[in-house]
Amino acid sequence: MNARSIDKLWTFILYIISSLIVLLLIYLLWEIISNGWGFWDPNFLFGRPSNTQAGGGIGPQLFNSFYILVLTLAISIPLGLGSGIYLAEYAKPGKFLSFVRLCIETLASLPSIVVGLFGLLVFVTMTGWGYSLIGGSLAITILNLPSLTRVSETALLDVPKNIKEGSFGLGATKWQTIVKISIPTAIPQLITGIILSAGRIFGEAAALIYTAGLTTPILNSVAPINSQMNPFNIFRPAETLAVHIWKLNSEGIVPDAPEIAAKSAAVLIVMVLLFNLLARLIANFIHRRYTGSKRKVKVKEIM
Amino acid sequence: MKIRKKNYFANEYLGRTLVTFCGILMVLTTILIIIFIVGKGIQSFTQSNISLFEMLFSPNWSPNDAQNPRFGALKFITGSIVVSIGAVIIAAPIAIALAIFMNYISPIFGDKILKPVLEILVGIPSVVYGFLGVTILVPIIRNHIGGVGFSLMAGIIVLSIMILPTIASIASDAIRAVPKDYLEASYGLGSTRWQAITKAIVPAATTNVLTGVVLGLARAFGEALAVQMVIGNTLQFPKSIFDPTVTLTGILTMDMANTMNGTPWNNALWSLAMILLLISFFFILIIRLIGKR
Repeated sequence: MNARSIDKLWTFILYIISSLIVLLLIYLLWEIISNGWGFWDPNFLFGRPSNTQAGGGIGPQLFNSFYILVLTLAISIPLGLGSGIYLAEYAKPGKFLSFVRLCIETLASLPSIVVGLFGLLVFVTMTGWGYSLIGGSLAITILNLPSLTRVSETALLDVPKNIKEGSFGLGATKWQTIVKISIPTAIPQLITGIILSAGRIFGEAAALIYTAGLTTPILNSVAPINSQMNPFNIFRPAETLAVHIWKLNSEGIVPDAPEIAAKSAAVLIVMVLLFNLLARLIANFIHRRYTGSKRKVKVKEIM
Repeated sequence: MKIRKKNYFANEYLGRTLVTFCGILMVLTTILIIIFIVGKGIQSFTQSNISLFEMLFSPNWSPNDAQNPRFGALKFITGSIVVSIGAVIIAAPIAIALAIFMNYISPIFGDKILKPVLEILVGIPSVVYGFLGVTILVPIIRNHIGGVGFSLMAGIIVLSIMILPTIASIASDAIRAVPKDYLEASYGLGSTRWQAITKAIVPAATTNVLTGVVLGLARAFGEALAVQMVIGNTLQFPKSIFDPTVTLTGILTMDMANTMNGTPWNNALWSLAMILLLISFFFILIIRLIGKR
Protein backbone atom coordinates (compact mmCIF):
# COMPACT_ATOMS: atom_id res chain seq x y z
CA MET A 1 0.00 0.00 0.00
CA ASN A 2 1.46 3.37 -0.90
CA ALA A 3 1.72 6.35 1.40
CA ARG A 4 -1.30 8.08 -0.08
CA SER A 5 -3.67 5.16 0.52
CA ILE A 6 -2.33 4.79 4.06
CA ASP A 7 -3.06 8.48 4.61
CA LYS A 8 -6.63 8.02 3.27
CA LEU A 9 -7.15 4.91 5.38
CA TRP A 10 -6.06 6.56 8.63
CA THR A 11 -8.10 9.68 7.92
CA PHE A 12 -11.09 7.39 7.50
CA ILE A 13 -10.30 5.51 10.73
CA LEU A 14 -9.99 8.76 12.69
CA TYR A 15 -13.35 9.92 11.34
CA ILE A 16 -14.85 6.62 12.52
CA ILE A 17 -13.34 6.90 16.02
CA SER A 18 -14.51 10.49 16.44
CA SER A 19 -18.02 9.68 15.24
CA LEU A 20 -18.16 6.71 17.60
CA ILE A 21 -17.34 8.94 20.58
CA VAL A 22 -20.16 11.30 19.59
CA LEU A 23 -22.50 8.33 19.19
CA LEU A 24 -21.34 6.99 22.57
CA LEU A 25 -22.41 10.20 24.31
CA ILE A 26 -25.76 10.21 22.50
CA TYR A 27 -26.28 6.56 23.45
CA LEU A 28 -25.38 7.17 27.13
CA LEU A 29 -27.68 10.19 27.36
CA TRP A 30 -30.45 8.26 25.62
CA GLU A 31 -30.06 5.34 28.05
CA ILE A 32 -30.15 7.63 31.08
CA ILE A 33 -33.12 9.67 29.93
CA SER A 34 -35.17 6.76 28.58
CA ASN A 35 -34.56 4.59 31.66
CA GLY A 36 -35.55 7.45 33.91
CA TRP A 37 -38.48 8.53 31.75
CA GLY A 38 -41.13 10.26 33.85
CA PHE A 39 -38.60 11.77 36.25
CA TRP A 40 -40.38 15.14 36.09
CA ASP A 41 -43.41 13.83 37.98
CA PRO A 42 -43.83 16.24 40.95
CA ASN A 43 -44.74 13.36 43.26
CA PHE A 44 -41.32 11.90 42.55
CA LEU A 45 -39.28 15.11 42.51
CA PHE A 46 -40.76 16.56 45.68
CA GLY A 47 -42.20 13.49 47.40
CA ARG A 48 -40.91 11.85 50.56
CA PRO A 49 -38.82 8.73 50.10
CA SER A 50 -40.23 5.48 51.42
CA ASN A 51 -38.04 2.91 53.13
CA THR A 52 -40.23 -0.09 52.53
CA GLN A 53 -42.81 0.57 49.83
CA ALA A 54 -42.60 1.41 46.15
CA GLY A 55 -43.53 4.86 44.92
CA GLY A 56 -41.28 6.99 47.12
CA GLY A 57 -39.82 10.32 45.97
CA ILE A 58 -36.52 12.13 46.19
CA GLY A 59 -37.70 15.46 47.64
CA PRO A 60 -35.28 15.71 50.59
CA GLN A 61 -32.31 14.46 48.55
CA LEU A 62 -32.92 17.04 45.82
CA PHE A 63 -33.24 19.79 48.42
CA ASN A 64 -30.03 18.63 50.14
CA SER A 65 -28.13 18.65 46.83
CA PHE A 66 -29.13 22.25 46.14
CA TYR A 67 -28.51 23.34 49.72
CA ILE A 68 -25.01 21.81 49.73
CA LEU A 69 -24.37 23.42 46.33
CA VAL A 70 -25.32 26.87 47.66
CA LEU A 71 -23.31 26.43 50.88
CA THR A 72 -20.25 25.17 49.00
CA LEU A 73 -20.35 28.02 46.49
CA ALA A 74 -20.81 30.55 49.31
CA ILE A 75 -17.62 29.24 50.94
CA SER A 76 -15.52 28.44 47.90
CA ILE A 77 -16.15 31.45 45.62
CA PRO A 78 -14.59 34.03 47.99
CA LEU A 79 -11.68 31.71 48.83
CA GLY A 80 -11.08 30.64 45.22
CA LEU A 81 -11.36 34.18 43.88
CA GLY A 82 -9.08 35.38 46.68
CA SER A 83 -6.32 32.92 45.95
CA GLY A 84 -6.79 33.54 42.21
CA ILE A 85 -6.24 37.27 42.80
CA TYR A 86 -3.24 36.49 44.96
CA LEU A 87 -1.65 34.31 42.29
CA ALA A 88 -2.47 36.62 39.38
CA GLU A 89 -1.69 40.00 40.96
CA TYR A 90 0.28 39.86 44.18
CA ALA A 91 2.43 36.74 44.33
CA LYS A 92 6.06 37.32 43.47
CA PRO A 93 7.92 34.58 41.62
CA GLY A 94 10.12 32.60 43.96
CA LYS A 95 10.35 29.60 46.24
CA PHE A 96 7.15 30.36 48.12
CA LEU A 97 5.08 30.81 44.97
CA SER A 98 6.26 27.55 43.46
CA PHE A 99 5.42 25.86 46.76
CA VAL A 100 1.90 27.35 46.64
CA ARG A 101 1.53 26.06 43.09
CA LEU A 102 2.75 22.62 44.11
CA CYS A 103 0.16 22.57 46.89
CA ILE A 104 -2.64 23.55 44.49
CA GLU A 105 -1.52 20.88 42.04
CA THR A 106 -1.49 18.35 44.88
CA LEU A 107 -4.95 19.36 46.05
CA ALA A 108 -6.28 19.14 42.50
CA SER A 109 -5.12 15.58 42.05
CA LEU A 110 -6.23 14.21 45.42
CA PRO A 111 -8.73 11.37 45.05
CA SER A 112 -12.10 12.61 46.28
CA ILE A 113 -12.43 9.66 48.65
CA VAL A 114 -9.24 10.80 50.43
CA VAL A 115 -10.73 14.29 50.85
CA GLY A 116 -13.88 12.64 52.19
CA LEU A 117 -11.86 10.70 54.75
CA PHE A 118 -10.02 13.88 55.78
CA GLY A 119 -13.47 15.42 56.24
CA LEU A 120 -14.46 12.46 58.40
CA LEU A 121 -11.44 13.06 60.66
CA VAL A 122 -11.75 16.83 60.91
CA PHE A 123 -15.31 18.01 60.15
CA VAL A 124 -17.13 15.01 61.58
CA THR A 125 -15.08 13.61 64.46
CA MET A 126 -12.82 16.45 65.64
CA THR A 127 -15.48 19.17 65.60
CA GLY A 128 -18.06 16.80 67.05
CA TRP A 129 -20.64 17.88 64.45
CA GLY A 130 -21.27 14.32 63.29
CA TYR A 131 -22.41 13.90 59.70
CA SER A 132 -23.54 17.35 58.67
CA LEU A 133 -24.38 19.61 55.73
CA ILE A 134 -21.61 22.03 56.65
CA GLY A 135 -19.05 19.22 56.94
CA GLY A 136 -20.02 17.98 53.49
CA SER A 137 -19.82 21.49 52.04
CA LEU A 138 -16.37 22.06 53.52
CA ALA A 139 -15.14 18.76 52.09
CA ILE A 140 -16.33 19.61 48.58
CA THR A 141 -14.92 23.10 48.99
CA ILE A 142 -11.49 21.49 49.32
CA LEU A 143 -12.14 19.49 46.15
CA ASN A 144 -13.41 22.53 44.30
CA LEU A 145 -10.89 25.18 45.37
CA PRO A 146 -8.04 24.27 43.00
CA SER A 147 -10.20 24.56 39.89
CA LEU A 148 -11.89 27.78 41.07
CA THR A 149 -8.47 29.24 41.82
CA ARG A 150 -7.25 28.35 38.35
CA VAL A 151 -10.38 29.81 36.73
CA SER A 152 -10.01 33.08 38.66
CA GLU A 153 -6.30 33.32 37.97
CA THR A 154 -6.60 32.80 34.19
CA ALA A 155 -9.63 35.10 34.03
CA LEU A 156 -7.70 37.90 35.76
CA LEU A 157 -4.57 37.34 33.69
CA ASP A 158 -6.67 37.65 30.52
CA VAL A 159 -7.70 41.21 31.46
CA PRO A 160 -5.93 43.53 28.97
CA LYS A 161 -3.00 45.39 30.50
CA ASN A 162 -3.93 48.79 29.08
CA ILE A 163 -7.24 48.89 30.96
CA LYS A 164 -5.42 48.29 34.22
CA GLU A 165 -2.76 50.85 33.39
CA GLY A 166 -5.50 53.37 32.70
CA SER A 167 -6.84 52.75 36.18
CA PHE A 168 -3.39 53.14 37.77
CA GLY A 169 -2.95 56.35 35.80
CA LEU A 170 -6.08 57.76 37.42
CA GLY A 171 -4.47 57.18 40.80
CA ALA A 172 -6.19 53.98 41.84
CA THR A 173 -4.35 51.53 44.04
CA LYS A 174 -3.74 47.99 42.88
CA TRP A 175 -6.57 46.64 45.02
CA GLN A 176 -9.01 49.28 43.73
CA THR A 177 -8.02 48.38 40.19
CA ILE A 178 -8.66 44.70 40.88
CA VAL A 179 -12.07 45.29 42.45
CA LYS A 180 -13.33 48.02 40.11
CA ILE A 181 -11.67 47.08 36.81
CA SER A 182 -10.21 43.59 36.64
CA ILE A 183 -13.00 41.59 38.26
CA PRO A 184 -15.84 43.24 36.29
CA THR A 185 -13.90 42.66 33.07
CA ALA A 186 -13.26 39.05 33.98
CA ILE A 187 -16.85 38.36 35.06
CA PRO A 188 -17.93 36.30 32.00
CA GLN A 189 -15.07 33.85 32.42
CA LEU A 190 -15.56 33.75 36.19
CA ILE A 191 -19.28 32.99 35.92
CA THR A 192 -18.66 30.31 33.30
CA GLY A 193 -16.08 28.63 35.51
CA ILE A 194 -18.27 28.85 38.60
CA ILE A 195 -21.31 27.34 36.88
CA LEU A 196 -19.24 24.49 35.43
CA SER A 197 -17.86 23.76 38.89
CA ALA A 198 -21.43 23.91 40.23
CA GLY A 199 -22.23 20.98 37.94
CA ARG A 200 -19.39 19.01 39.45
CA ILE A 201 -20.41 19.86 43.03
CA PHE A 202 -23.94 18.72 42.24
CA GLY A 203 -22.74 15.31 41.09
CA GLU A 204 -20.08 14.68 43.74
CA ALA A 205 -20.70 11.69 45.95
CA ALA A 206 -17.47 10.01 47.11
CA ALA A 207 -16.43 12.94 49.33
CA LEU A 208 -19.91 13.19 50.85
CA ILE A 209 -20.49 9.61 51.98
CA TYR A 210 -18.37 10.10 55.11
CA THR A 211 -19.03 13.79 55.67
CA ALA A 212 -22.70 14.57 54.96
CA GLY A 213 -23.80 11.02 55.62
CA LEU A 214 -26.20 8.52 54.12
CA THR A 215 -29.36 9.58 55.89
CA THR A 216 -31.71 12.55 56.08
CA PRO A 217 -33.91 13.18 59.10
CA ILE A 218 -37.63 13.66 58.41
CA LEU A 219 -37.73 17.33 57.48
CA ASN A 220 -40.25 19.78 58.82
CA SER A 221 -39.89 23.43 57.95
CA VAL A 222 -41.67 24.66 61.10
CA ALA A 223 -39.19 22.91 63.41
CA PRO A 224 -36.82 25.23 65.33
CA ILE A 225 -33.59 26.05 63.48
CA ASN A 226 -31.42 24.07 65.91
CA SER A 227 -33.54 20.95 65.47
CA GLN A 228 -32.34 18.09 63.27
CA MET A 229 -35.69 18.30 61.50
CA ASN A 230 -35.31 21.86 60.26
CA PRO A 231 -34.30 21.67 56.59
CA PHE A 232 -32.04 24.73 56.88
CA ASN A 233 -30.09 23.55 59.94
CA ILE A 234 -26.55 23.19 58.61
CA PHE A 235 -25.60 20.77 61.39
CA ARG A 236 -27.98 18.01 60.33
CA PRO A 237 -27.00 14.95 58.28
CA ALA A 238 -27.98 15.18 54.62
CA GLU A 239 -27.96 12.57 51.89
CA THR A 240 -27.64 14.20 48.46
CA LEU A 241 -29.09 12.92 45.20
CA ALA A 242 -25.77 11.53 43.93
CA VAL A 243 -25.16 9.71 47.23
CA HIS A 244 -28.75 8.44 47.07
CA ILE A 245 -28.10 6.76 43.70
CA TRP A 246 -25.04 5.04 45.15
CA LYS A 247 -26.89 3.94 48.26
CA LEU A 248 -29.88 2.59 46.32
CA ASN A 249 -27.47 0.57 44.20
CA SER A 250 -25.49 -0.90 47.08
CA GLU A 251 -28.02 -1.34 49.86
CA GLY A 252 -31.42 -0.31 48.50
CA ILE A 253 -34.20 -2.43 50.01
CA VAL A 254 -37.13 -0.58 48.46
CA PRO A 255 -38.78 -2.80 45.82
CA ASP A 256 -38.50 -0.10 43.16
CA ALA A 257 -34.88 0.84 43.99
CA PRO A 258 -33.61 0.39 40.37
CA GLU A 259 -36.41 2.59 39.05
CA ILE A 260 -35.76 5.34 41.61
CA ALA A 261 -32.03 5.17 40.86
CA ALA A 262 -32.72 5.44 37.12
CA LYS A 263 -34.98 8.45 37.57
CA SER A 264 -32.53 10.10 39.98
CA ALA A 265 -29.72 9.59 37.46
CA ALA A 266 -31.90 11.27 34.83
CA VAL A 267 -32.53 14.24 37.15
CA LEU A 268 -28.81 14.50 37.89
CA ILE A 269 -27.89 14.42 34.19
CA VAL A 270 -30.52 16.99 33.24
CA MET A 271 -29.19 19.30 35.97
CA VAL A 272 -25.60 18.86 34.79
CA LEU A 273 -26.62 19.55 31.17
CA LEU A 274 -28.55 22.63 32.29
CA PHE A 275 -25.52 23.93 34.19
CA ASN A 276 -23.38 23.35 31.10
CA LEU A 277 -25.85 25.13 28.80
CA LEU A 278 -26.31 27.99 31.26
CA ALA A 279 -22.55 28.49 31.48
CA ARG A 280 -22.31 28.83 27.70
CA LEU A 281 -25.32 31.13 27.35
CA ILE A 282 -24.29 33.48 30.16
CA ALA A 283 -20.71 33.67 28.94
CA ASN A 284 -21.80 34.61 25.42
CA PHE A 285 -24.52 36.99 26.57
CA ILE A 286 -22.31 38.95 28.96
CA HIS A 287 -19.46 38.99 26.51
CA ARG A 288 -21.71 40.58 23.89
CA ARG A 289 -23.00 43.11 26.43
CA TYR A 290 -19.47 44.08 27.40
CA THR A 291 -17.77 44.19 24.04
CA GLY A 292 -20.56 44.60 21.52
CA SER A 293 -18.82 42.03 19.36
CA LYS A 294 -20.24 38.78 18.09
CA ARG A 295 -17.11 36.82 18.88
CA LYS A 296 -17.90 33.90 21.13
CA VAL A 297 -16.18 33.27 24.42
CA LYS A 298 -14.74 29.82 24.54
CA VAL A 299 -15.94 27.75 27.44
CA LYS A 300 -12.61 26.86 28.92
CA GLU A 301 -12.51 23.31 29.96
CA ILE A 302 -11.66 22.87 33.58
CA MET A 303 -10.76 19.51 34.93
CA MET B 1 -1.40 62.49 56.59
CA LYS B 2 -3.36 60.31 58.98
CA ILE B 3 -6.43 60.18 56.71
CA ARG B 4 -4.30 59.18 53.76
CA LYS B 5 -2.77 56.30 55.66
CA LYS B 6 -6.20 55.07 56.67
CA ASN B 7 -7.35 55.17 53.05
CA TYR B 8 -4.38 53.15 52.02
CA PHE B 9 -5.26 50.60 54.66
CA ALA B 10 -8.83 50.20 53.39
CA ASN B 11 -7.99 50.48 49.71
CA GLU B 12 -4.90 48.35 49.47
CA TYR B 13 -3.46 46.62 52.52
CA LEU B 14 -6.69 45.04 53.76
CA GLY B 15 -7.45 43.47 50.39
CA ARG B 16 -3.89 42.37 49.86
CA THR B 17 -3.81 40.72 53.27
CA LEU B 18 -7.11 38.92 52.63
CA VAL B 19 -6.06 37.44 49.29
CA THR B 20 -2.62 36.49 50.61
CA PHE B 21 -4.41 34.69 53.40
CA CYS B 22 -6.46 32.80 50.77
CA GLY B 23 -3.24 31.72 49.08
CA ILE B 24 -1.75 30.58 52.37
CA LEU B 25 -4.98 28.75 53.19
CA MET B 26 -4.43 26.50 50.16
CA VAL B 27 -1.00 25.59 51.50
CA LEU B 28 -2.37 25.01 55.01
CA THR B 29 -5.17 22.77 53.72
CA THR B 30 -2.73 20.63 51.77
CA ILE B 31 -0.40 20.28 54.74
CA LEU B 32 -3.29 19.52 57.11
CA ILE B 33 -4.60 16.79 54.82
CA ILE B 34 -1.17 15.18 54.70
CA ILE B 35 -0.68 15.45 58.47
CA PHE B 36 -4.10 14.03 59.33
CA ILE B 37 -4.18 11.16 56.83
CA VAL B 38 -0.56 10.13 57.41
CA GLY B 39 -0.88 10.61 61.17
CA LYS B 40 -3.92 8.34 61.26
CA GLY B 41 -2.44 5.96 58.69
CA ILE B 42 0.72 5.15 60.61
CA GLN B 43 -1.24 4.17 63.74
CA SER B 44 -1.64 0.63 62.48
CA PHE B 45 2.15 0.32 62.51
CA THR B 46 2.75 2.18 65.78
CA GLN B 47 -0.28 1.05 67.82
CA SER B 48 -1.69 -2.10 66.30
CA ASN B 49 1.69 -3.71 65.51
CA ILE B 50 0.87 -4.50 61.92
CA SER B 51 4.01 -4.78 59.84
CA LEU B 52 4.33 -2.48 56.86
CA PHE B 53 5.88 -5.31 54.87
CA GLU B 54 2.90 -7.56 55.54
CA MET B 55 0.47 -4.84 54.53
CA LEU B 56 2.19 -4.11 51.23
CA PHE B 57 3.09 -7.63 50.13
CA SER B 58 0.74 -10.09 51.80
CA PRO B 59 -2.46 -11.10 49.98
CA ASN B 60 -4.20 -12.25 53.18
CA TRP B 61 -6.86 -9.81 54.37
CA SER B 62 -8.98 -11.08 57.26
CA PRO B 63 -9.24 -8.12 59.64
CA ASN B 64 -12.28 -9.42 61.54
CA ASP B 65 -10.79 -12.83 62.32
CA ALA B 66 -10.74 -12.98 66.14
CA GLN B 67 -7.85 -15.46 66.46
CA ASN B 68 -5.51 -14.46 63.70
CA PRO B 69 -6.40 -11.21 61.96
CA ARG B 70 -4.35 -10.56 58.81
CA PHE B 71 -3.87 -7.20 57.16
CA GLY B 72 -2.32 -7.84 53.76
CA ALA B 73 -3.46 -5.27 51.19
CA LEU B 74 -1.82 -6.74 48.11
CA LYS B 75 -5.17 -7.69 46.53
CA PHE B 76 -6.47 -4.13 46.78
CA ILE B 77 -3.27 -2.59 45.48
CA THR B 78 -3.10 -5.05 42.57
CA GLY B 79 -6.77 -4.48 41.76
CA SER B 80 -6.33 -0.71 41.67
CA ILE B 81 -3.19 -0.91 39.54
CA VAL B 82 -4.61 -3.40 37.03
CA VAL B 83 -7.93 -1.60 36.58
CA SER B 84 -6.37 1.84 36.11
CA ILE B 85 -3.64 0.65 33.73
CA GLY B 86 -6.28 -1.25 31.76
CA ALA B 87 -8.36 1.92 31.48
CA VAL B 88 -5.36 3.92 30.25
CA ILE B 89 -4.50 1.26 27.65
CA ILE B 90 -7.97 1.64 26.17
CA ALA B 91 -8.40 5.39 26.64
CA ALA B 92 -4.99 6.77 25.67
CA PRO B 93 -4.87 5.66 21.99
CA ILE B 94 -8.47 6.81 21.41
CA ALA B 95 -7.78 10.12 23.18
CA ILE B 96 -4.66 10.77 21.10
CA ALA B 97 -6.59 9.88 17.94
CA LEU B 98 -9.26 12.41 18.94
CA ALA B 99 -6.61 15.03 19.64
CA ILE B 100 -5.07 14.53 16.18
CA PHE B 101 -8.52 14.61 14.60
CA MET B 102 -9.51 17.87 16.34
CA ASN B 103 -6.35 19.66 15.26
CA TYR B 104 -5.41 18.29 11.86
CA ILE B 105 -8.16 16.21 10.23
CA SER B 106 -11.29 18.24 10.84
CA PRO B 107 -10.91 21.25 13.13
CA ILE B 108 -14.47 22.40 12.43
CA PHE B 109 -16.12 19.11 13.39
CA GLY B 110 -13.66 18.92 16.29
CA ASP B 111 -14.42 22.39 17.60
CA LYS B 112 -18.16 22.46 17.03
CA ILE B 113 -19.08 18.89 18.00
CA LEU B 114 -16.28 16.83 19.49
CA LYS B 115 -15.14 19.39 22.03
CA PRO B 116 -18.59 20.01 23.54
CA VAL B 117 -19.13 16.23 23.57
CA LEU B 118 -15.95 15.75 25.60
CA GLU B 119 -16.96 18.59 27.94
CA ILE B 120 -20.30 16.90 28.62
CA LEU B 121 -18.58 13.53 29.15
CA VAL B 122 -16.39 15.18 31.81
CA GLY B 123 -19.48 16.60 33.47
CA ILE B 124 -21.34 13.30 33.91
CA PRO B 125 -21.08 12.45 37.64
CA SER B 126 -19.18 9.30 38.58
CA VAL B 127 -22.20 7.67 40.27
CA VAL B 128 -24.07 7.99 36.99
CA TYR B 129 -21.19 6.27 35.17
CA GLY B 130 -21.31 3.56 37.82
CA PHE B 131 -25.06 3.25 37.47
CA LEU B 132 -24.78 2.99 33.67
CA GLY B 133 -22.12 0.33 34.14
CA VAL B 134 -24.44 -1.67 36.38
CA THR B 135 -27.46 -1.35 34.09
CA ILE B 136 -25.82 -1.67 30.64
CA LEU B 137 -22.33 -3.12 30.82
CA VAL B 138 -22.68 -5.74 33.54
CA PRO B 139 -25.69 -7.49 31.89
CA ILE B 140 -23.88 -7.48 28.51
CA ILE B 141 -20.82 -9.16 30.02
CA ARG B 142 -22.96 -11.60 32.00
CA ASN B 143 -25.06 -12.65 29.00
CA HIS B 144 -22.39 -12.76 26.30
CA ILE B 145 -19.23 -13.79 28.09
CA GLY B 146 -20.42 -15.42 31.28
CA GLY B 147 -19.69 -15.08 34.96
CA VAL B 148 -21.46 -12.61 37.21
CA GLY B 149 -20.84 -9.65 34.93
CA PHE B 150 -19.38 -7.54 37.73
CA SER B 151 -15.78 -7.71 36.66
CA LEU B 152 -12.41 -6.13 36.08
CA MET B 153 -13.45 -5.58 32.46
CA ALA B 154 -16.55 -3.60 33.48
CA GLY B 155 -14.36 -1.43 35.72
CA ILE B 156 -11.81 -0.88 32.97
CA ILE B 157 -14.42 0.17 30.39
CA VAL B 158 -16.26 2.54 32.75
CA LEU B 159 -12.97 4.14 33.84
CA SER B 160 -11.68 4.45 30.28
CA ILE B 161 -14.75 6.50 29.30
CA MET B 162 -14.29 8.66 32.39
CA ILE B 163 -10.62 9.49 31.75
CA LEU B 164 -10.92 9.80 27.96
CA PRO B 165 -11.81 13.55 28.02
CA THR B 166 -8.96 14.33 30.45
CA ILE B 167 -6.32 12.74 28.24
CA ALA B 168 -7.90 14.00 25.01
CA SER B 169 -8.03 17.66 26.04
CA ILE B 170 -4.43 17.73 27.33
CA ALA B 171 -3.19 15.82 24.27
CA SER B 172 -5.10 18.23 22.04
CA ASP B 173 -3.46 21.24 23.71
CA ALA B 174 -0.08 19.55 23.33
CA ILE B 175 -0.59 18.86 19.64
CA ARG B 176 -1.94 22.35 19.00
CA ALA B 177 1.21 23.81 20.57
CA VAL B 178 3.42 22.19 17.91
CA PRO B 179 4.38 24.95 15.43
CA LYS B 180 2.64 24.78 12.06
CA ASP B 181 6.10 24.94 10.44
CA TYR B 182 6.55 21.26 11.27
CA LEU B 183 3.58 20.37 9.10
CA GLU B 184 4.68 22.63 6.27
CA ALA B 185 8.27 21.37 6.40
CA SER B 186 6.99 17.79 6.19
CA TYR B 187 4.75 18.70 3.26
CA GLY B 188 7.73 20.34 1.63
CA LEU B 189 9.63 17.06 1.90
CA GLY B 190 6.78 15.40 0.07
CA SER B 191 5.12 13.58 2.96
CA THR B 192 1.40 12.91 3.19
CA ARG B 193 -0.66 14.40 6.01
CA TRP B 194 -0.61 11.15 7.96
CA GLN B 195 3.16 10.84 7.61
CA ALA B 196 3.58 14.41 8.84
CA ILE B 197 1.32 13.72 11.82
CA THR B 198 2.98 10.47 12.91
CA LYS B 199 6.58 11.32 12.03
CA ALA B 200 6.81 15.00 12.97
CA ILE B 201 3.90 16.39 14.94
CA VAL B 202 3.07 13.67 17.47
CA PRO B 203 6.75 13.01 18.34
CA ALA B 204 7.19 16.75 18.97
CA ALA B 205 4.24 16.71 21.36
CA THR B 206 5.15 13.48 23.18
CA THR B 207 6.19 15.07 26.49
CA ASN B 208 2.93 16.92 27.03
CA VAL B 209 0.82 14.04 25.74
CA LEU B 210 2.53 11.86 28.33
CA THR B 211 1.56 14.32 31.06
CA GLY B 212 -2.06 13.88 30.00
CA VAL B 213 -1.75 10.10 30.09
CA VAL B 214 -0.28 10.14 33.61
CA LEU B 215 -3.03 12.52 34.77
CA GLY B 216 -5.58 10.11 33.35
CA LEU B 217 -3.89 7.26 35.17
CA ALA B 218 -3.97 9.23 38.42
CA ARG B 219 -7.66 9.99 37.97
CA ALA B 220 -8.41 6.35 37.27
CA PHE B 221 -6.46 5.25 40.33
CA GLY B 222 -8.32 7.59 42.67
CA GLU B 223 -11.81 7.07 41.27
CA ALA B 224 -13.96 5.44 43.91
CA LEU B 225 -17.68 4.98 43.38
CA ALA B 226 -17.97 4.18 39.67
CA VAL B 227 -15.39 1.40 39.98
CA GLN B 228 -16.75 0.09 43.26
CA MET B 229 -20.23 -0.22 41.72
CA VAL B 230 -19.16 -2.43 38.79
CA ILE B 231 -16.04 -4.32 39.82
CA GLY B 232 -17.77 -6.85 42.05
CA ASN B 233 -15.73 -6.27 45.25
CA THR B 234 -14.73 -9.90 45.62
CA LEU B 235 -11.62 -10.42 47.71
CA GLN B 236 -9.46 -12.22 45.13
CA PHE B 237 -6.82 -11.78 42.49
CA PRO B 238 -8.63 -11.81 39.14
CA LYS B 239 -7.67 -14.91 37.14
CA SER B 240 -9.10 -13.45 33.97
CA ILE B 241 -10.24 -10.02 32.90
CA PHE B 242 -13.85 -11.11 33.41
CA ASP B 243 -13.39 -12.02 37.08
CA PRO B 244 -14.59 -9.72 39.84
CA THR B 245 -11.92 -8.17 42.07
CA VAL B 246 -11.54 -5.30 44.53
CA THR B 247 -9.70 -1.96 44.69
CA LEU B 248 -8.22 0.30 47.38
CA THR B 249 -10.91 2.95 46.90
CA GLY B 250 -13.60 0.27 46.89
CA ILE B 251 -12.68 -1.20 50.26
CA LEU B 252 -12.43 2.31 51.74
CA THR B 253 -15.91 3.27 50.55
CA MET B 254 -17.47 0.07 51.84
CA ASP B 255 -15.77 -0.72 55.13
CA MET B 256 -14.79 2.53 56.82
CA ALA B 257 -18.26 3.02 58.30
CA ASN B 258 -18.45 -0.58 59.58
CA THR B 259 -15.40 -0.41 61.82
CA MET B 260 -14.88 1.07 65.26
CA ASN B 261 -12.42 3.90 65.65
CA GLY B 262 -9.12 2.71 67.14
CA THR B 263 -9.47 -0.98 66.31
CA PRO B 264 -6.68 -2.60 64.26
CA TRP B 265 -9.16 -3.10 61.39
CA ASN B 266 -10.02 0.61 61.34
CA ASN B 267 -6.36 1.58 61.58
CA ALA B 268 -5.52 -0.72 58.69
CA LEU B 269 -8.17 1.01 56.55
CA TRP B 270 -6.60 4.39 57.36
CA SER B 271 -3.26 2.97 56.27
CA LEU B 272 -4.88 2.08 52.94
CA ALA B 273 -6.05 5.69 52.66
CA MET B 274 -2.48 6.78 53.35
CA ILE B 275 -1.19 4.45 50.62
CA LEU B 276 -3.73 6.00 48.22
CA LEU B 277 -2.52 9.48 49.17
CA LEU B 278 1.13 8.55 48.75
CA ILE B 279 0.45 7.01 45.33
CA SER B 280 -1.29 10.18 44.19
CA PHE B 281 1.84 12.12 45.29
CA PHE B 282 3.88 9.67 43.27
CA PHE B 283 1.84 10.55 40.16
CA ILE B 284 2.43 14.27 40.73
CA LEU B 285 6.14 13.55 41.02
CA ILE B 286 6.11 11.70 37.69
CA ILE B 287 4.25 14.57 36.01
CA ARG B 288 6.80 17.04 37.36
CA LEU B 289 9.66 14.86 36.14
CA ILE B 290 8.11 14.58 32.67
CA GLY B 291 7.63 18.36 32.62
CA LYS B 292 11.29 18.96 33.44
CA ARG B 293 12.50 16.79 30.56
